Amino acid sequence: MSGALRRAGGWLPALAIVVALVGAWELYAVYGNVDSLLLPAPHEVATALWDDRALLWDNLKVTAGEVLLGIVVAAVAGLGCAVAIHLSPTLRRAVYPLLVASQTIPIPLIASLLVVWLGFGLAPKLVVIALIAFFPIAVATLDALAAVDPEQRRLMRTLDASRLTTFRFVEAPAALPGLFSGAKIAVAVAVIGAVFAEQSGSDKGLGHLVQQAVPQLLTARAYAAVLILSAFAIALFGLLSLVERRALPWAFDRRGGPAR
Amino acid sequence: MPEITEAPVEEPRAVSAHVGVRVEQVSRTFPRRGGAVEALRDVDLRARPGEVVAVVGPSGCGKSTLLELVCGLQQPDRGTVTADPAVLMPQRDLLLPWASALDNAALALRARGVGREQARAAARPWFERFGLAGFEQARPAALSGGMRQRVAFVRTLLAGKPVLALDEPFAALDALTRQEVQAWLAQTLAQEPRTVVLVTHDVEEAVLLGDAVVVMSPRPGRVVATLPVALPRPRRRTDPAVVELREAALTALGAAA
Repeated sequence: MSGALRRAGGWLPALAIVVALVGAWELYAVYGNVDSLLLPAPHEVATALWDDRALLWDNLKVTAGEVLLGIVVAAVAGLGCAVAIHLSPTLRRAVYPLLVASQTIPIPLIASLLVVWLGFGLAPKLVVIALIAFFPIAVATLDALAAVDPEQRRLMRTLDASRLTTFRFVEAPAALPGLFSGAKIAVAVAVIGAVFAEQSGSDKGLGHLVQQAVPQLLTARAYAAVLILSAFAIALFGLLSLVERRALPWAFDRRGGPAR
Repeated sequence: MPEITEAPVEEPRAVSAHVGVRVEQVSRTFPRRGGAVEALRDVDLRARPGEVVAVVGPSGCGKSTLLELVCGLQQPDRGTVTADPAVLMPQRDLLLPWASALDNAALALRARGVGREQARAAARPWFERFGLAGFEQARPAALSGGMRQRVAFVRTLLAGKPVLALDEPFAALDALTRQEVQAWLAQTLAQEPRTVVLVTHDVEEAVLLGDAVVVMSPRPGRVVATLPVALPRPRRRTDPAVVELREAALTALGAAA
């Protein structure tokens, strides 16, 4: 069997599940006793996807920009928090509980406040996305930093390495797989964050489109927008996995070492 | 031309040089939940400069604590530890999985602030000497256990410390590789004399490599016997004198347990 065929074979189960789900949905929407304004059939969503393609594309560009920038802000903030907490036990006690608390804030509660403070532009969206996406990055990076073998630190001390040198040569590289794990989780929540942020004060973006479509009885368009958001998240997740494999090949070594 | 009035600061730790290792009446207790754990009690150990002292004992006899005391990573509760600057070689090689073999060895120099190229240049000749030529760019995962241990040993030597604290460096290797690396270590120490404290649970290894074998008891770790090994090198494990010393050490170990 050729390599290409085998690779295609690997996708078959996923494809079969999607086909089965969409098929069941189609049957339920067409033959079940359900209003198509509540649940449009897949073929209606597909039609909306095609008919509204220009509209969807323009709004995707807005949301995608927000998500990408938001993740960059989240990565910088998450990484900063993780390193600071790791290097300072005082900060760990002082700040870590606040990080956890920050995740319990319902976004709609502060969204209006952010609009008042920062207006209807890009800034409040970035704040919302960064607020919920920095957390998985910070926690995963912190865990990876804490997972460094204590014996490795002792070894570095007998090599006369300073705390900072040990961080640079041992801890920082060891934390990179954690950073990527966190970023992959962050991708999914960042998309949710963008939708929330757009719904609380925006005149463009896919989240805004969903909010407008539902009262206009354009449910199929709303579903099409959600479909595009999912595809975007999957693409971003895949891209991150690809970059991770390229950038950290050692983390995928199967033989020996503390590779994970 | 300006005159140099002060010697450049070279030694990181101000320890009186060339004492080797001197551990005198050292005790060490660790606080634990549900009572303290006494790791070492009144331990004496002496390694003169250039001497190899092998420490054998059952697991949990405080051997690793002893090495950390020698390296200055811990302080004794009672007694004194005097030692030239020491570098630790732990049981697991602890090579960094993302770095090449060469960079792993060069880490000893990088840790002290030496530049990347300079550190690599210093490590390279050792790869030739230790049969690692051609594997400079390999990541640790691509190396065999014996090779990884040799890379870790290059790192240890490059630290430039007069004392090597080896913590069961061959315990994780299979029997054949272990014999090979033991012979290699004996040969290397003959060319590059260092003061060595070698902790092991392998009595034969202790007799093959040591100038003296220190036998320790289970917790709390005490020295129950110190056997001088006045045999010429290289030693063969089948040599009657080696066998005799091995039996003597085993007897001391058995009596202590």
